[in-house]
Amino acid sequence: MTGPLWVLLLKGAWITVQLMLYSAALAAAVAFGIGLARTSRLWIVRFLSGVYVEFFRGTSALVLMFWLFFALPLLGWQLAGLWAGTLALGLSYGAYGSEVVRGALQSVPAAQREAAVALSFSPWQRLRKVILPQAVPEMMPPFNNLLIELLKGTALASLLSIGELTFEAKLARLSTGESAQVYGIILVMYFVIAFVVTRVMRLLERRAKASVGQASLAGGGHR
Amino acid sequence: MNDWSWDYVGDIMPKLLDGLWVTVQATLLGSVAAFALGLVWAIALRSPSRWVTWPVGALVEFVRNTPLLVQLFFLFFVLPGWGLSFGPLTTGVIGLGLHYSTYTAEVYRAGIDAVPRGQWEAATALSLPRGRTWVAVILPQAFRRVVPALGNYVIAMFKDTPMLSAITVGDMLFQANSIGATTFDYMEPITVVGVLFIVISYPTSVLLRVLERRLVR
Amino acid sequence: MSADSSLSKVTVNPAVDGSELIRFDKVTKRFGANTVLDALDFTVSSGKHVTLIGPSGSGKTTILRLLMTLARPDEGTIRVGGEYLTHEERGGRLVPAGEKHVREVRKNIGMVFQQFNLFPNMKVMRNITEAPVHVLGLSADEAEERARGLLELVGLTEHADKFPTQLSGGQQQRVAIARALAMRPQVLLLDEVTSALDPELVAGVLDVLRDIARTTDITMLCVTHEMNFARDISDDVLMFDAGRVIESGPPEKIFNDPDQERTRQFLSAVL
Repeated sequence: MTGPLWVLLLKGAWITVQLMLYSAALAAAVAFGIGLARTSRLWIVRFLSGVYVEFFRGTSALVLMFWLFFALPLLGWQLAGLWAGTLALGLSYGAYGSEVVRGALQSVPAAQREAAVALSFSPWQRLRKVILPQAVPEMMPPFNNLLIELLKGTALASLLSIGELTFEAKLARLSTGESAQVYGIILVMYFVIAFVVTRVMRLLERRAKASVGQASLAGGGHR
Repeated sequence: MNDWSWDYVGDIMPKLLDGLWVTVQATLLGSVAAFALGLVWAIALRSPSRWVTWPVGALVEFVRNTPLLVQLFFLFFVLPGWGLSFGPLTTGVIGLGLHYSTYTAEVYRAGIDAVPRGQWEAATALSLPRGRTWVAVILPQAFRRVVPALGNYVIAMFKDTPMLSAITVGDMLFQANSIGATTFDYMEPITVVGVLFIVISYPTSVLLRVLERRLVR
Repeated sequence: MSADSSLSKVTVNPAVDGSELIRFDKVTKRFGANTVLDALDFTVSSGKHVTLIGPSGSGKTTILRLLMTLARPDEGTIRVGGEYLTHEERGGRLVPAGEKHVREVRKNIGMVFQQFNLFPNMKVMRNITEAPVHVLGLSADEAEERARGLLELVGLTEHADKFPTQLSGGQQQRVAIARALAMRPQVLLLDEVTSALDPELVAGVLDVLRDIARTTDITMLCVTHEMNFARDISDDVLMFDAGRVIESGPPEKIFNDPDQERTRQFLSAVL
């Protein structure tokens, strides 16, 4: 491997990280929106959000990505590859994330909601001050797993010729013929990114727990 | 913008169903590989020797935390250089099986851990040999918890098979792309493929949930 | 729900009777096929301390939950201070109340729960100040001053900066009492507040409640199994059985010389 090839791969890694962050931001928004909608009092809201989840969990992220990239332009919307990738990953992983949000909201004891009612908090205040602060630390470990899955999913974008890590690796392989070396290196690069992501998420989890007085319980790993 | 053509859908359907058959084969063979390999990892990880648990643990972590697509490329382009030449589908099945074995290993671990410690102790008290303890006492009890979780990974694998098209396996997505490349009309083939995925995976996951309620009580 | 005959007799905007604060009119509550409250009528006068006793499952806790609007009656009406709790008058007719009305009436009522239900994500001080600031609109300083006074009352001044999990059950329950009082409710509902406590922690909580009963004019509605406490603080005791009040009167009467055989049986079982 020569210097220019390393530059190529590092540039690709940077695009991969960007793609992951954009998709994660979209997925988080979707996860909270849909997750909250699924606990709505209105059946129609629960039903529609349920359809969303089943749809995006039922389909393949890669097929969705191709559809957004190839089929949508025929309907008159041309999406740049990066945005087709972001949209497909964000919408899919948002559906998985919404299940995490819903589960965590439901894990907060009903008595907490009742205590908040007894203090005359509005529904929005109940959610923001009482339920969410207790639910968010519960979400962190499964969110970490999803973020790793999302990172792995970014490799799919290479098939739309987005210049992320896997795509640049293909170029590097074509120019050097060193398949084992190139793919070995980028596998390690993905692993390092995943490692960093996990560390950051653990840190955020500890922070979230400390802010709700669970610091003493945070030790000893989470299951 | 062109209009949706059912005639076109009818024309391409046979090719897409050919692709579906390849997709199903890859999923089923990949599942068998993942179930078997995962059990190997799970049992190895319970070994008392660090010389076994450390390398196996590292391998499992590495494979689980890196993209399946890149692993497929690695197998596809690198194995032949080592004198191991397989067809694309075999390579794909190996990749799927290896990747998902790191998940099934975790499923087995959780299932085994969920068997109460008293069961091990009772088996010891009866002087059951270790092999017999596994086969007659532990695994049957772990089975109830393991089956639904494994089923979910079969569905996940099913939805990941389109990646095999990247190493020239003729699955549904591959067929849709090759149709699109000749007709320059991707709308119908890719939409049909997406719909087929939902039509298969949603009822399957509903069935699994029913099964889970029956098995896990 | 239709306005049945019992509702049509109700005059619109009745003048508050001066002393009458809580009024149940033909209140029925069912859970599935199980009728927990059966056309229940009773009133509580302002400033009184009323204890509800009776076997478990007799509907005592349901009364508190209805008053706190944690549950809604299937039939009948509840009024607090002359205001309908879960109904509104529109065009001279009673209709089920919207969320806004319920929230407004709810502010007059506070509740202390069996399991304390402190917010684990907030320190003691914020547990007490959060609602006064964000529901009543007090300034942070005012709310904190009020909270300090209440913490002194319940004897926990030095624990203001702790999280609930760092306190004993008895201390948590005393914080919960302070939290409810910080809203300055007209009515304080106490739902078996000592049942979840270790025996040695019960006395501290009851002492605080005795203090409050003696020194404030707050109306208290109390479900408890602590008969000595009930005897101490109550002006009236209501004996419940199978969703109805079968006997009521001052504690000396109920505890020493009840009219009903059922009451006698119950008391001999718990005393």
